[in-house]
Amino acid sequence: MADIFDVYLAEAIISGILLGGVLALLALGLNLIFGVIDVTWICYAELIMLGMYALYYFYSVYGLPMWVAAPACILVVAVLGLLLHYIVIAPLLDAPPINQLLATGGVLFFLQSFATVAFGIDFRNLGIRLPVLALGEMHFSYARLLAFGAALAGMVVVYLFMTRTYIGTAIRAISQDRQIMALMGVDTRRLYLVTSAIGGALAGLAACLLVLQYDVHPFVGLSFGPITFLICVLGGLGNFIGGFVAAFLFAQIISLGGLYSDLEWGYVLAFAFFIVMMFIRPAGLLARRS
Amino acid sequence: MLVVEGLFKRFGGFTAVNNVSFKVEKGEILGLIGPNGSGKSTIFNMLSGTFPPSAGSIRFEGGELAGLPPHKIINRGIGRTFQIPRPFRRLSIFENVALAGYYGQGGGSGSHSRGKADESAERALAAVGLPADRKASVDGLGAAGLKKLELAKALATEPKLLLADESLGGLDEHEMDQAADMLRRIRDDLGITIIWVEHIMGVLMRVVDRVMVLDHGEKISEGLPSQVSSDPRVIEVYLGTDAQDTQAAAAEARR
Repeated sequence: MADIFDVYLAEAIISGILLGGVLALLALGLNLIFGVIDVTWICYAELIMLGMYALYYFYSVYGLPMWVAAPACILVVAVLGLLLHYIVIAPLLDAPPINQLLATGGVLFFLQSFATVAFGIDFRNLGIRLPVLALGEMHFSYARLLAFGAALAGMVVVYLFMTRTYIGTAIRAISQDRQIMALMGVDTRRLYLVTSAIGGALAGLAACLLVLQYDVHPFVGLSFGPITFLICVLGGLGNFIGGFVAAFLFAQIISLGGLYSDLEWGYVLAFAFFIVMMFIRPAGLLARRS
Repeated sequence: MLVVEGLFKRFGGFTAVNNVSFKVEKGEILGLIGPNGSGKSTIFNMLSGTFPPSAGSIRFEGGELAGLPPHKIINRGIGRTFQIPRPFRRLSIFENVALAGYYGQGGGSGSHSRGKADESAERALAAVGLPADRKASVDGLGAAGLKKLELAKALATEPKLLLADESLGGLDEHEMDQAADMLRRIRDDLGITIIWVEHIMGVLMRVVDRVMVLDHGEKISEGLPSQVSSDPRVIEVYLGTDAQDTQAAAAEARR
């Protein structure tokens, strides 16, 4: 009995880590936008939803090979990120935060309705069933392993970009002093566009990974949008490392909570944990005490 | 090199800069002095594009600057330092300077090169006497070090004209002398034209070629340091606490 239980525990912990990788990728995109541009893309998960549809159409409907369809999907969502910034955010940069929030919230409903009209409310999937890896008594689907690996690789690429290029250096620094950045010769509008494209590309990568595991429908964003947002807040909005830590913490609570009870209870525990943490550390897990 | 004509800046009903015209010749150091609120920093902010002038023209090497955004002005070859140093504390000293070099250079072409930015950063750090250690943190710098960092950031953009804003505030006398000599060396060795804004007249008078004095947004005097410091209008403006300084500066300038 004890042996079997330990196997389940180990499986749950590893599942939690796998889930954490994908959640960390989701949080990174949202954090990047918030940290650099100081706006919250409430509609971030809806960009991912459109990305999932894009991959579905490229791969399943038009029959493109995956190595063409997946990069094309990332590109499409990156362009969507650019457009979102250019059309919605840029005119509101100096507006009060509540207006920006309402505007991206409006985009959320617009995109949901648009997807309903354009794609219908049917659940769709790629029709790929990746095999399951059996490690002793534990079972992991290759889709989740692949998602974890790709999410990690995506995050490493972003990390290298942020530390090894001066555009990345500027992106890391800009939230500290926007005015001086412009006076140092940085075209902040261009920096925002680059950031929006990267944020969109991360959403596109997440879309590719999620559509391997889940069906896509116009409201699929609701199943991971709120949790992404909570992870970012828990880690401290705009704090990349905090978001990373919070994603794995959240994933572990969901996974272990699901082990001892139903999967839904895992989410209940995670949200309860969030509420408690907001009382203890309202500025985020890794907030510097001042 | 720089020709400013009929410059005005109004904030609501308040005229911060009132019909100021001046020229800067290539290779000179122009001192810009005046009491607090006389419009020195407002002029600097217009020259560097922080905000546009209400009226007037700013021509640099024949091209109009009035109304251009800051990054375009820096790319034309005008660097500036700030009265209060504003480094990015999350970046290293080297990253701060190299970032300024990366984005500030271009000479209009706007082409960015990492290698060139690193080279400029190394040169700029050497010119101001800061270590070129890539990992050194900004937090270790004192007031004088932060001023040097400001100067290095401006130099890394490889400017033709340097706008130095109250470079010496917060320094002791010895550090002030060093900083003044550094500005002169930057002009002599690197051939960079400088406009230097300062409250403190004494040290400035020793280094600058010409001085322009502002009061209440208007130019009240301009000329050689010796002429300006014996100008009755200037003495009147600096009367009180600064009157003796002014006369001492005049004496020093005549020597």
